[in-house]
Amino acid sequence: MDWYPLWNSLRIAAVSCAVVFFLGIWLAFEVAKMPRIIKGILDVFLTLPLVLPPTVCGWFLLMIFGLNHPAGQFLMKFGFQFVMRWPGGILAAIVVSFPLMYRTARGAFESFDETLSWSGRTLGLSDTYIFWRIRMPVCRQGIMAGAVLAFARALGEYGATSMLIGYTPGKTATIATTVYQLWRTNDNNGALRWVLVNLAISTVVLLCINFLEDGEKQKKGRRQ
Amino acid sequence: MSTEISIRKRLGNFSLAVDLCSSGGVTGLLGASGCGKSLTLRCISGILKPDEGRIVINGKTVFDSRKGINLPPQKRHVGYLFQNYALFPNMTVEQNILCGIRSEKDAAVKAETVRRMISSMQLSGLEHHRPFELSGGQQQRTALARILVGKPEILLLDEPFSALDSFLREQLITEMKSLLGSFQGDSIIVTHNRNEAYELCSSLAIMENGRLTETGNTRKIFSNAGTRAGAVLTGCKNIVGAEKTGEHEVRVPEWGISFFTEKAVRDDLAAIGIRAHYFGPDRMQNRFPVKITEQIEEPFAWIIKFRYGNQNAESESIWWRTDKGSYDPSSETGYLGVAPEDIMLLYDTEEEKHGKDRK
Repeated sequence: MDWYPLWNSLRIAAVSCAVVFFLGIWLAFEVAKMPRIIKGILDVFLTLPLVLPPTVCGWFLLMIFGLNHPAGQFLMKFGFQFVMRWPGGILAAIVVSFPLMYRTARGAFESFDETLSWSGRTLGLSDTYIFWRIRMPVCRQGIMAGAVLAFARALGEYGATSMLIGYTPGKTATIATTVYQLWRTNDNNGALRWVLVNLAISTVVLLCINFLEDGEKQKKGRRQ
Repeated sequence: MSTEISIRKRLGNFSLAVDLCSSGGVTGLLGASGCGKSLTLRCISGILKPDEGRIVINGKTVFDSRKGINLPPQKRHVGYLFQNYALFPNMTVEQNILCGIRSEKDAAVKAETVRRMISSMQLSGLEHHRPFELSGGQQQRTALARILVGKPEILLLDEPFSALDSFLREQLITEMKSLLGSFQGDSIIVTHNRNEAYELCSSLAIMENGRLTETGNTRKIFSNAGTRAGAVLTGCKNIVGAEKTGEHEVRVPEWGISFFTEKAVRDDLAAIGIRAHYFGPDRMQNRFPVKITEQIEEPFAWIIKFRYGNQNAESESIWWRTDKGSYDPSSETGYLGVAPEDIMLLYDTEEEKHGKDRK
Protein backbone atom coordinates (compact mmCIF):
# COMPACT_ATOMS: atom_id res chain seq x y z
CA MET A 1 0.00 0.00 0.00
CA ASP A 2 1.27 3.45 -0.91
CA TRP A 3 1.22 5.56 2.25
CA TYR A 4 1.92 8.83 0.46
CA PRO A 5 -1.63 10.26 0.99
CA LEU A 6 -1.33 9.76 4.78
CA TRP A 7 2.05 11.45 4.91
CA ASN A 8 0.88 14.27 2.63
CA SER A 9 -2.34 14.82 4.64
CA LEU A 10 -0.44 14.88 7.91
CA ARG A 11 2.13 17.41 6.75
CA ILE A 12 -0.53 19.66 5.23
CA ALA A 13 -2.60 19.49 8.42
CA ALA A 14 0.43 20.01 10.68
CA VAL A 15 1.80 23.03 8.81
CA SER A 16 -1.62 24.65 8.34
CA CYS A 17 -2.51 23.99 11.98
CA ALA A 18 0.70 25.69 13.13
CA VAL A 19 -0.01 28.73 10.94
CA VAL A 20 -3.68 28.88 11.94
CA PHE A 21 -2.74 28.51 15.63
CA PHE A 22 -0.68 31.72 15.73
CA LEU A 23 -2.75 33.61 13.17
CA GLY A 24 -5.98 32.70 14.96
CA ILE A 25 -4.69 33.68 18.40
CA TRP A 26 -3.24 36.92 17.13
CA LEU A 27 -6.39 37.98 15.27
CA ALA A 28 -8.68 36.80 18.08
CA PHE A 29 -6.71 38.89 20.57
CA GLU A 30 -6.63 41.97 18.32
CA VAL A 31 -10.28 41.74 17.25
CA ALA A 32 -11.48 41.26 20.86
CA LYS A 33 -10.01 44.71 21.68
CA MET A 34 -11.59 46.56 18.74
CA PRO A 35 -14.65 48.84 18.79
CA ARG A 36 -17.94 47.01 18.30
CA ILE A 37 -18.74 47.91 14.70
CA ILE A 38 -15.30 47.05 13.31
CA LYS A 39 -15.39 43.90 15.42
CA GLY A 40 -18.70 42.87 13.86
CA ILE A 41 -17.48 43.41 10.29
CA LEU A 42 -14.16 41.62 10.83
CA ASP A 43 -15.96 38.82 12.58
CA VAL A 44 -18.21 38.15 9.59
CA PHE A 45 -15.28 38.27 7.18
CA LEU A 46 -13.07 35.97 9.28
CA THR A 47 -15.82 33.43 9.98
CA LEU A 48 -17.15 33.29 6.42
CA PRO A 49 -15.07 30.24 5.33
CA LEU A 50 -16.82 28.23 8.06
CA VAL A 51 -20.22 28.61 6.42
CA LEU A 52 -19.23 28.85 2.77
CA PRO A 53 -19.02 25.60 0.77
CA PRO A 54 -15.31 24.68 0.57
CA THR A 55 -15.57 24.73 -3.23
CA VAL A 56 -16.41 28.45 -3.04
CA CYS A 57 -13.27 28.99 -0.95
CA GLY A 58 -11.39 26.96 -3.56
CA TRP A 59 -12.76 29.15 -6.33
CA PHE A 60 -11.62 32.29 -4.50
CA LEU A 61 -8.16 30.80 -4.01
CA LEU A 62 -7.96 30.00 -7.73
CA MET A 63 -8.99 33.57 -8.56
CA ILE A 64 -6.10 34.85 -6.44
CA PHE A 65 -3.35 32.26 -6.80
CA GLY A 66 -4.31 30.83 -10.22
CA LEU A 67 -1.53 31.00 -12.77
CA ASN A 68 -3.36 33.68 -14.78
CA HIS A 69 -4.10 35.79 -11.72
CA PRO A 70 -2.03 38.52 -10.04
CA ALA A 71 -0.74 36.77 -6.90
CA GLY A 72 -0.14 33.54 -8.79
CA GLN A 73 1.81 35.35 -11.51
CA PHE A 74 3.82 37.28 -8.95
CA LEU A 75 4.83 34.05 -7.17
CA MET A 76 5.67 32.43 -10.52
CA LYS A 77 8.42 35.03 -10.95
CA PHE A 78 10.16 33.33 -8.03
CA GLY A 79 9.43 29.91 -9.49
CA PHE A 80 6.78 29.12 -6.91
CA GLN A 81 3.22 28.01 -7.49
CA PHE A 82 0.35 26.82 -5.30
CA VAL A 83 -1.88 25.43 -8.04
CA MET A 84 -1.47 21.67 -8.60
CA ARG A 85 1.37 21.49 -6.01
CA TRP A 86 1.08 20.02 -2.52
CA PRO A 87 1.84 23.33 -0.64
CA GLY A 88 -1.41 24.60 -2.18
CA GLY A 89 -3.11 22.09 0.12
CA ILE A 90 -1.71 24.03 3.08
CA LEU A 91 -3.24 27.22 1.73
CA ALA A 92 -6.64 25.57 1.25
CA ALA A 93 -6.51 24.00 4.73
CA ILE A 94 -5.54 27.34 6.35
CA VAL A 95 -8.48 29.18 4.80
CA VAL A 96 -11.01 26.49 5.70
CA SER A 97 -9.82 25.69 9.24
CA PHE A 98 -8.97 29.25 10.33
CA PRO A 99 -12.49 30.18 11.58
CA LEU A 100 -12.52 27.23 14.01
CA MET A 101 -9.32 28.38 15.70
CA TYR A 102 -10.30 32.03 15.60
CA ARG A 103 -13.79 31.50 17.05
CA THR A 104 -12.71 29.23 19.92
CA ALA A 105 -9.71 31.41 20.81
CA ARG A 106 -11.86 34.53 20.80
CA GLY A 107 -14.41 32.88 23.07
CA ALA A 108 -11.63 31.96 25.48
CA PHE A 109 -10.13 35.48 25.42
CA GLU A 110 -13.50 37.11 25.96
CA SER A 111 -14.17 35.08 29.10
CA PHE A 112 -10.73 36.01 30.48
CA ASP A 113 -10.94 38.11 33.66
CA GLU A 114 -9.31 41.39 32.62
CA THR A 115 -8.39 42.31 36.21
CA LEU A 116 -5.70 39.62 35.97
CA SER A 117 -3.96 41.54 33.23
CA TRP A 118 -4.51 44.84 35.09
CA SER A 119 -2.97 43.48 38.26
CA GLY A 120 -0.05 42.10 36.23
CA ARG A 121 0.58 45.53 34.78
CA THR A 122 0.47 47.31 38.14
CA LEU A 123 2.90 44.70 39.49
CA GLY A 124 5.37 45.74 36.78
CA LEU A 125 5.04 42.70 34.51
CA SER A 126 5.56 43.38 30.80
CA ASP A 127 2.63 43.03 28.40
CA THR A 128 4.45 40.20 26.61
CA TYR A 129 4.91 38.33 29.89
CA ILE A 130 1.25 38.83 30.79
CA PHE A 131 0.15 37.53 27.39
CA TRP A 132 2.28 34.38 27.30
CA ARG A 133 2.50 33.52 31.00
CA ILE A 134 -0.95 34.54 32.26
CA ARG A 135 -3.49 35.10 29.50
CA MET A 136 -2.45 32.07 27.40
CA PRO A 137 -2.19 29.55 30.27
CA VAL A 138 -5.53 30.70 31.74
CA CYS A 139 -7.19 30.36 28.30
CA ARG A 140 -5.20 27.21 27.50
CA GLN A 141 -8.09 24.75 27.36
CA GLY A 142 -10.09 26.82 24.89
CA ILE A 143 -7.10 27.50 22.69
CA MET A 144 -6.03 23.84 22.66
CA ALA A 145 -9.56 22.76 21.75
CA GLY A 146 -9.51 25.26 18.88
CA ALA A 147 -6.18 23.93 17.64
CA VAL A 148 -7.38 20.31 17.72
CA LEU A 149 -10.55 21.23 15.84
CA ALA A 150 -8.55 23.16 13.25
CA PHE A 151 -6.18 20.20 12.83
CA ALA A 152 -9.08 17.80 12.35
CA ARG A 153 -10.74 20.11 9.84
CA ALA A 154 -7.48 20.51 7.89
CA LEU A 155 -7.01 16.74 7.81
CA GLY A 156 -10.49 16.21 6.39
CA GLU A 157 -10.39 19.10 3.91
CA TYR A 158 -11.61 18.03 0.44
CA GLY A 159 -13.46 20.70 -1.54
CA ALA A 160 -11.03 23.60 -1.69
CA THR A 161 -8.08 21.20 -1.83
CA SER A 162 -9.35 19.29 -4.85
CA MET A 163 -10.07 22.55 -6.70
CA LEU A 164 -6.66 24.08 -5.99
CA ILE A 165 -4.31 21.10 -6.16
CA GLY A 166 -6.43 18.35 -7.72
CA TYR A 167 -5.36 14.71 -7.38
CA THR A 168 -1.98 13.51 -8.58
CA PRO A 169 -0.91 10.20 -7.01
CA GLY A 170 2.39 10.60 -5.18
CA LYS A 171 2.34 14.38 -5.59
CA THR A 172 -0.85 16.07 -4.34
CA ALA A 173 -2.98 13.11 -3.19
CA THR A 174 -4.42 13.44 0.33
CA ILE A 175 -6.49 10.89 2.24
CA ALA A 176 -9.75 12.63 1.39
CA THR A 177 -9.04 12.95 -2.32
CA THR A 178 -7.68 9.39 -2.45
CA VAL A 179 -10.90 7.91 -1.04
CA TYR A 180 -12.90 9.66 -3.73
CA GLN A 181 -10.48 8.71 -6.50
CA LEU A 182 -10.31 5.01 -5.52
CA TRP A 183 -14.08 4.72 -5.23
CA ARG A 184 -14.52 6.45 -8.58
CA THR A 185 -12.19 3.96 -10.23
CA ASN A 186 -14.09 1.01 -8.73
CA ASP A 187 -11.30 0.11 -6.25
CA ASN A 188 -13.70 -0.21 -3.33
CA ASN A 189 -11.30 -2.23 -1.18
CA GLY A 190 -8.64 0.44 -1.58
CA ALA A 191 -11.18 3.08 -0.60
CA LEU A 192 -12.17 1.04 2.48
CA ARG A 193 -8.54 0.93 3.70
CA TRP A 194 -8.32 4.73 3.60
CA VAL A 195 -11.75 5.05 5.19
CA LEU A 196 -10.48 2.95 8.11
CA VAL A 197 -7.33 5.09 8.41
CA ASN A 198 -9.51 8.17 8.41
CA LEU A 199 -11.84 6.73 11.09
CA ALA A 200 -8.85 5.91 13.30
CA ILE A 201 -7.43 9.45 13.06
CA SER A 202 -10.81 11.11 13.65
CA THR A 203 -11.47 8.94 16.71
CA VAL A 204 -8.14 9.98 18.23
CA VAL A 205 -8.93 13.64 17.56
CA LEU A 206 -12.37 13.40 19.18
CA LEU A 207 -10.88 11.63 22.19
CA CYS A 208 -8.41 14.51 22.50
CA ILE A 209 -11.24 17.06 22.48
CA ASN A 210 -13.22 15.14 25.12
CA PHE A 211 -10.11 14.84 27.26
CA LEU A 212 -9.57 18.61 27.07
CA GLU A 213 -13.21 19.36 27.94
CA ASP A 214 -13.12 16.97 30.90
CA GLY A 215 -10.02 18.72 32.18
CA GLU A 216 -11.85 22.02 31.96
CA LYS A 217 -14.84 20.73 33.92
CA GLN A 218 -12.69 19.22 36.64
CA LYS A 219 -10.77 22.46 37.06
CA LYS A 220 -13.98 24.44 37.38
CA GLY A 221 -15.50 21.89 39.73
CA ARG A 222 -12.58 22.14 42.10
CA ARG A 223 -12.90 25.88 42.23
CA GLN A 224 -16.44 25.87 43.49
CA MET B 1 4.85 61.01 51.67
CA SER B 2 2.24 62.86 49.70
CA THR B 3 -0.21 62.23 46.94
CA GLU B 4 -1.89 64.77 44.75
CA ILE B 5 -4.71 63.77 42.49
CA SER B 6 -6.69 66.01 40.21
CA ILE B 7 -8.45 64.21 37.39
CA ARG B 8 -11.35 64.59 34.96
CA LYS B 9 -12.73 61.68 32.99
CA ARG B 10 -15.86 61.21 30.88
CA LEU B 11 -17.25 57.75 30.22
CA GLY B 12 -20.50 57.83 28.28
CA ASN B 13 -22.99 59.70 30.45
CA PHE B 14 -20.83 59.44 33.54
CA SER B 15 -18.29 62.08 34.41
CA LEU B 16 -15.63 61.81 37.06
CA ALA B 17 -14.04 64.84 38.71
CA VAL B 18 -11.79 64.11 41.65
CA ASP B 19 -9.42 66.46 43.46
CA LEU B 20 -7.74 64.80 46.37
CA CYS B 21 -4.64 65.59 48.38
CA SER B 22 -3.22 63.28 50.96
CA SER B 23 -0.13 63.80 53.07
CA GLY B 24 0.51 60.51 54.78
CA GLY B 25 -1.91 58.12 56.39
CA VAL B 26 -4.90 56.23 55.14
CA THR B 27 -7.54 57.97 53.05
CA GLY B 28 -10.93 56.39 52.62
CA LEU B 29 -13.07 56.89 49.53
CA LEU B 30 -16.58 56.25 50.79
CA GLY B 31 -19.48 56.05 48.38
CA ALA B 32 -22.35 53.94 47.11
CA SER B 33 -21.60 51.43 44.36
CA GLY B 34 -21.32 52.96 40.91
CA CYS B 35 -20.25 56.38 42.19
CA GLY B 36 -16.82 56.20 40.56
CA LYS B 37 -14.63 54.99 43.41
CA SER B 38 -13.00 52.12 41.54
CA LEU B 39 -12.71 54.29 38.44
CA THR B 40 -10.61 56.72 40.48
CA LEU B 41 -8.24 53.94 41.54
CA ARG B 42 -7.92 52.77 37.94
CA CYS B 43 -6.95 56.28 36.87
CA ILE B 44 -4.35 56.56 39.63
CA SER B 45 -2.81 53.19 38.76
CA GLY B 46 -2.68 53.97 35.03
CA ILE B 47 -5.07 51.25 33.85
CA LEU B 48 -7.39 54.01 32.67
CA LYS B 49 -6.22 57.29 31.18
CA PRO B 50 -7.99 60.39 32.50
CA ASP B 51 -9.05 63.01 29.93
CA GLU B 52 -7.15 65.69 31.78
CA GLY B 53 -5.50 66.42 35.09
CA ARG B 54 -2.44 65.59 37.12
CA ILE B 55 -1.41 62.73 39.39
CA VAL B 56 1.64 63.07 41.62
CA ILE B 57 2.69 60.18 43.85
CA ASN B 58 5.38 60.94 46.44
CA GLY B 59 6.73 63.83 44.39
CA LYS B 60 6.82 61.83 41.15
CA THR B 61 4.46 63.02 38.42
CA VAL B 62 2.95 59.91 36.87
CA PHE B 63 0.31 61.73 34.82
CA ASP B 64 0.06 65.29 33.58
CA SER B 65 -2.17 65.98 30.58
CA ARG B 66 -0.66 69.43 29.99
CA LYS B 67 2.93 68.21 29.96
CA GLY B 68 1.99 65.05 28.08
CA ILE B 69 3.19 62.74 30.85
CA ASN B 70 1.42 59.38 31.12
CA LEU B 71 3.50 56.64 32.74
CA PRO B 72 2.32 53.06 32.09
CA PRO B 73 1.05 51.12 35.13
CA GLN B 74 4.32 49.18 35.18
CA LYS B 75 6.29 52.34 36.04
CA ARG B 76 3.94 53.88 38.59
CA HIS B 77 4.92 51.57 41.46
CA VAL B 78 1.40 51.39 42.74
CA GLY B 79 0.24 48.53 44.97
CA TYR B 80 -3.27 47.78 43.75
CA LEU B 81 -5.35 45.24 45.69
CA PHE B 82 -8.28 44.26 43.48
CA GLN B 83 -11.71 43.46 44.84
CA ASN B 84 -11.39 39.79 43.80
CA TYR B 85 -7.61 39.89 44.57
CA ALA B 86 -6.79 38.96 40.92
CA LEU B 87 -4.37 36.18 41.85
CA PHE B 88 -3.02 34.35 38.79
CA PRO B 89 -4.92 31.02 38.86
CA ASN B 90 -2.24 29.18 36.88
CA MET B 91 0.48 29.95 39.43
CA THR B 92 1.18 28.82 42.98
CA VAL B 93 1.26 31.18 45.96
CA GLU B 94 5.05 31.34 45.67
CA GLN B 95 5.01 32.07 41.93
CA ASN B 96 2.32 34.71 42.41
CA ILE B 97 4.43 36.54 44.99
CA LEU B 98 7.51 36.18 42.79
CA CYS B 99 5.63 38.13 40.10
CA GLY B 100 5.52 41.15 42.40
CA ILE B 101 9.30 41.55 42.67
CA ARG B 102 10.56 44.42 40.57
CA SER B 103 14.03 45.03 39.14
CA GLU B 104 15.83 42.31 41.14
CA LYS B 105 17.64 39.90 38.80
CA ASP B 106 19.47 37.53 41.18
CA ALA B 107 17.33 34.40 41.56
CA ALA B 108 18.70 33.58 45.02
CA VAL B 109 17.89 37.06 46.35
CA LYS B 110 14.41 36.83 44.83
CA ALA B 111 13.75 33.45 46.44
CA GLU B 112 14.91 34.72 49.83
CA THR B 113 12.72 37.85 49.58
CA VAL B 114 9.70 35.71 48.72
CA ARG B 115 10.46 33.30 51.56
CA ARG B 116 10.61 36.11 54.10
CA MET B 117 7.40 37.68 52.78
CA ILE B 118 5.62 34.32 52.97
CA SER B 119 6.52 33.85 56.61
CA SER B 120 5.70 37.43 57.60
CA MET B 121 2.28 37.16 55.93
CA GLN B 122 1.62 33.81 57.69
CA LEU B 123 1.48 31.86 54.46
CA SER B 124 4.07 29.24 55.42
CA GLY B 125 3.11 25.78 54.23
CA LEU B 126 0.95 27.17 51.44
CA GLU B 127 3.83 27.97 49.04
CA HIS B 128 2.80 25.38 46.48
CA HIS B 129 -0.97 25.82 46.74
CA ARG B 130 -2.93 27.35 43.89
CA PRO B 131 -5.23 30.31 44.55
CA PHE B 132 -8.45 28.27 44.30
CA GLU B 133 -7.19 26.01 47.12
CA LEU B 134 -6.91 28.95 49.54
CA SER B 135 -9.49 30.46 51.91
CA GLY B 136 -10.65 34.04 51.38
CA GLY B 137 -8.31 35.36 54.05
CA GLN B 138 -5.33 33.46 52.66
CA GLN B 139 -6.09 34.77 49.19
CA GLN B 140 -6.11 38.31 50.52
CA ARG B 141 -2.80 37.81 52.33
CA THR B 142 -1.24 36.33 49.19
CA ALA B 143 -2.41 39.28 47.12
CA LEU B 144 -1.06 41.71 49.74
CA ALA B 145 2.25 39.84 49.90
CA ARG B 146 2.52 40.02 46.11
CA ILE B 147 1.98 43.79 46.25
CA LEU B 148 4.22 44.55 49.24
CA VAL B 149 7.16 42.53 47.93
CA GLY B 150 7.49 45.12 45.13
CA LYS B 151 7.83 47.99 47.65
CA PRO B 152 5.06 50.20 46.22
CA GLU B 153 4.95 53.97 46.70
CA ILE B 154 1.24 53.93 47.45
CA LEU B 155 -1.38 51.30 48.31
CA LEU B 156 -4.74 51.27 46.54
CA LEU B 157 -7.23 48.90 48.14
CA ASP B 158 -10.49 48.31 46.29
CA GLU B 159 -13.23 47.03 48.64
CA PRO B 160 -10.66 44.79 50.37
CA PHE B 161 -13.20 42.93 52.52
CA SER B 162 -16.19 42.59 50.22
CA ALA B 163 -15.28 39.02 49.19
CA LEU B 164 -15.24 37.79 52.80
CA ASP B 165 -17.93 36.74 55.23
CA SER B 166 -18.59 39.00 58.18
CA PHE B 167 -16.81 36.90 60.82
CA LEU B 168 -13.55 36.82 58.86
CA ARG B 169 -13.99 40.44 57.94
CA GLU B 170 -13.67 41.73 61.49
CA GLN B 171 -10.55 39.67 62.07
CA LEU B 172 -8.93 40.82 58.85
CA ILE B 173 -9.74 44.48 59.47
CA THR B 174 -7.55 44.31 62.58
CA GLU B 175 -4.75 42.68 60.58
CA MET B 176 -5.10 45.26 57.84
CA LYS B 177 -4.98 48.08 60.36
CA SER B 178 -1.59 47.01 61.69
CA LEU B 179 -0.32 46.36 58.17
CA LEU B 180 -1.36 49.85 57.03
CA GLY B 181 0.20 51.30 60.17
CA SER B 182 3.59 49.84 59.29
CA PHE B 183 3.39 50.86 55.61
CA GLN B 184 5.56 53.87 54.82
CA GLY B 185 3.57 55.46 52.00
CA ASP B 186 0.02 56.70 51.57
CA SER B 187 -2.91 54.34 51.23
CA ILE B 188 -6.28 54.86 49.61
CA ILE B 189 -9.11 52.50 50.52
CA VAL B 190 -12.26 52.35 48.47
CA THR B 191 -15.28 51.13 50.39
CA HIS B 192 -19.01 51.46 50.75
CA ASN B 193 -18.87 50.20 54.32
CA ARG B 194 -18.84 52.94 56.96
CA ASN B 195 -17.43 50.67 59.70
CA GLU B 196 -14.43 49.77 57.57
CA ALA B 197 -13.91 53.43 56.71
CA TYR B 198 -14.15 54.49 60.35
CA GLU B 199 -11.81 51.80 61.65
CA LEU B 200 -9.11 52.05 58.98
CA CYS B 201 -9.01 55.59 57.64
CA SER B 202 -7.55 58.72 59.18
CA SER B 203 -9.18 60.92 56.60
CA LEU B 204 -12.23 60.43 54.47
CA ALA B 205 -13.54 61.60 51.12
CA ILE B 206 -17.22 61.10 50.44
CA MET B 207 -18.06 60.44 46.85
CA GLU B 208 -21.35 60.83 45.07
CA ASN B 209 -21.98 60.59 41.35
CA GLY B 210 -18.36 61.04 40.32
CA ARG B 211 -17.75 64.02 42.62
CA LEU B 212 -16.19 64.38 46.05
CA THR B 213 -18.80 66.06 48.20
CA GLU B 214 -16.88 66.16 51.47
CA THR B 215 -13.30 65.59 52.51
CA GLY B 216 -11.66 65.78 55.90
CA ASN B 217 -10.80 64.03 59.12
CA THR B 218 -12.76 60.80 59.57
CA ARG B 219 -13.88 61.52 63.13
CA LYS B 220 -15.05 65.01 62.16
CA ILE B 221 -17.04 63.79 59.16
CA PHE B 222 -18.73 61.13 61.26
CA SER B 223 -19.61 63.61 64.01
CA ASN B 224 -20.83 66.20 61.58
CA ALA B 225 -21.32 65.20 57.99
CA GLY B 226 -22.15 68.32 56.04
CA THR B 227 -24.30 66.81 53.30
CA ARG B 228 -27.15 64.35 52.99
CA ALA B 229 -24.92 61.88 51.08
CA GLY B 230 -22.31 62.13 53.82
CA ALA B 231 -24.92 61.56 56.51
CA VAL B 232 -26.36 58.51 54.72
CA LEU B 233 -22.94 56.99 54.02
CA THR B 234 -21.77 57.43 57.58
CA GLY B 235 -24.85 55.56 58.70
CA CYS B 236 -27.18 58.29 59.89
CA LYS B 237 -30.69 56.81 60.02
CA ASN B 238 -32.78 59.93 60.55
CA ILE B 239 -32.45 62.60 57.89
CA VAL B 240 -35.27 65.07 57.49
CA GLY B 241 -35.83 68.38 55.71
CA ALA B 242 -35.48 71.42 57.98
CA GLU B 243 -35.43 75.22 57.84
CA LYS B 244 -33.63 77.89 59.83
CA THR B 245 -35.76 79.75 62.36
CA GLY B 246 -33.03 81.28 64.53
CA GLU B 247 -29.28 81.54 64.99
CA HIS B 248 -29.33 78.23 66.89
CA GLU B 249 -32.80 76.98 66.10
CA VAL B 250 -34.24 74.86 63.27
CA ARG B 251 -37.78 73.81 62.49
CA VAL B 252 -38.67 70.37 61.11
CA PRO B 253 -42.05 70.74 59.38
CA GLU B 254 -42.55 66.99 58.85
CA TRP B 255 -42.16 66.26 62.56
CA GLY B 256 -44.01 69.39 63.66
CA ILE B 257 -41.31 70.49 66.13
CA SER B 258 -38.25 72.73 66.47
CA PHE B 259 -34.77 71.84 67.75
CA PHE B 260 -32.03 73.88 69.36
CA THR B 261 -28.62 73.33 67.83
CA GLU B 262 -25.15 73.96 69.18
CA LYS B 263 -23.68 75.07 65.85
CA ALA B 264 -24.80 78.30 64.24
CA VAL B 265 -27.28 77.63 61.44
CA ARG B 266 -26.58 78.96 57.93
CA ASP B 267 -29.41 80.43 55.87
CA ASP B 268 -29.26 77.72 53.19
CA LEU B 269 -29.93 74.83 55.60
CA ALA B 270 -31.47 71.88 53.74
CA ALA B 271 -31.93 69.17 56.33
CA ILE B 272 -30.83 67.84 59.69
CA GLY B 273 -29.56 64.41 60.63
CA ILE B 274 -29.83 62.69 64.00
CA ARG B 275 -28.10 59.35 64.55
CA ALA B 276 -30.30 56.61 66.00
CA HIS B 277 -28.26 56.24 69.20
CA TYR B 278 -28.29 59.97 70.06
CA PHE B 279 -31.86 59.94 71.38
CA GLY B 280 -32.42 59.22 75.05
CA PRO B 281 -35.11 59.52 77.72
CA ASP B 282 -32.55 61.12 80.07
CA ARG B 283 -31.50 63.88 77.64
CA MET B 284 -33.18 66.99 78.93
CA GLN B 285 -32.82 69.26 75.90
CA ASN B 286 -34.95 69.05 72.77
CA ARG B 287 -37.21 66.71 74.76
CA PHE B 288 -40.63 65.83 73.36
CA PRO B 289 -43.35 63.24 73.94
CA VAL B 290 -43.20 60.29 71.54
CA LYS B 291 -45.30 57.31 70.60
CA ILE B 292 -43.54 53.99 69.96
CA THR B 293 -44.68 52.18 66.80
CA GLU B 294 -42.27 49.27 66.40
CA GLN B 295 -39.58 47.41 68.34
CA ILE B 296 -36.87 45.25 66.80
CA GLU B 297 -34.73 43.12 69.06
CA GLU B 298 -31.00 42.73 68.32
CA PRO B 299 -28.54 40.61 70.33
CA PHE B 300 -27.34 43.53 72.44
CA ALA B 301 -29.65 46.39 71.58
CA TRP B 302 -33.18 47.48 70.83
CA ILE B 303 -34.07 49.28 67.61
CA ILE B 304 -37.16 51.32 68.32
CA LYS B 305 -39.23 53.22 65.82
CA PHE B 306 -41.22 56.12 67.17
CA ARG B 307 -43.25 59.16 66.08
CA TYR B 308 -43.62 62.63 67.54
CA GLY B 309 -47.08 63.76 68.62
CA ASN B 310 -47.69 66.15 65.72
CA GLN B 311 -45.77 64.22 63.10
CA ASN B 312 -47.17 64.12 59.53
CA ALA B 313 -48.94 60.89 58.66
CA GLU B 314 -46.81 60.48 55.47
CA SER B 315 -43.56 61.09 57.28
CA GLU B 316 -41.49 58.00 58.11
CA SER B 317 -41.05 56.76 61.68
CA ILE B 318 -37.86 57.77 63.48
CA TRP B 319 -35.14 55.31 64.51
CA TRP B 320 -33.84 55.09 68.05
CA ARG B 321 -31.19 52.58 69.05
CA THR B 322 -30.56 51.83 72.70
CA ASP B 323 -28.64 49.26 74.73
CA LYS B 324 -30.57 46.42 76.29
CA GLY B 325 -31.20 46.85 79.99
CA SER B 326 -31.67 50.59 79.74
CA TYR B 327 -35.01 50.15 78.00
CA ASP B 328 -38.31 48.65 79.08
CA PRO B 329 -39.96 47.10 76.02
CA SER B 330 -43.47 47.24 77.55
CA SER B 331 -43.65 51.05 77.34
CA GLU B 332 -45.64 52.60 74.50
CA THR B 333 -45.14 56.28 75.12
CA GLY B 334 -42.53 58.44 76.78
CA TYR B 335 -40.22 61.39 76.40
CA LEU B 336 -37.11 61.42 74.26
CA GLY B 337 -34.53 64.17 74.08
CA VAL B 338 -31.47 64.85 71.94
CA ALA B 339 -28.45 67.02 72.80
CA PRO B 340 -27.99 70.17 70.62
CA GLU B 341 -24.43 69.11 69.69
CA ASP B 342 -25.76 65.81 68.29
CA ILE B 343 -27.86 67.48 65.62
CA MET B 344 -26.04 67.44 62.29
CA LEU B 345 -26.73 70.40 60.03
CA LEU B 346 -26.88 69.29 56.39
CA TYR B 347 -26.49 71.53 53.37
CA ASP B 348 -26.94 70.83 49.67
CA THR B 349 -23.86 70.33 47.52
CA GLU B 350 -23.35 72.75 44.62
CA GLU B 351 -24.74 70.15 42.25
CA GLU B 352 -27.93 69.53 44.24
CA LYS B 353 -28.53 73.27 44.34
CA HIS B 354 -28.24 73.50 40.57
CA GLY B 355 -30.52 70.49 40.23
CA LYS B 356 -33.13 72.28 42.34
CA ASP B 357 -32.82 75.49 40.34
CA ARG B 358 -33.52 73.58 37.15
CA LYS B 359 -36.64 72.06 38.62
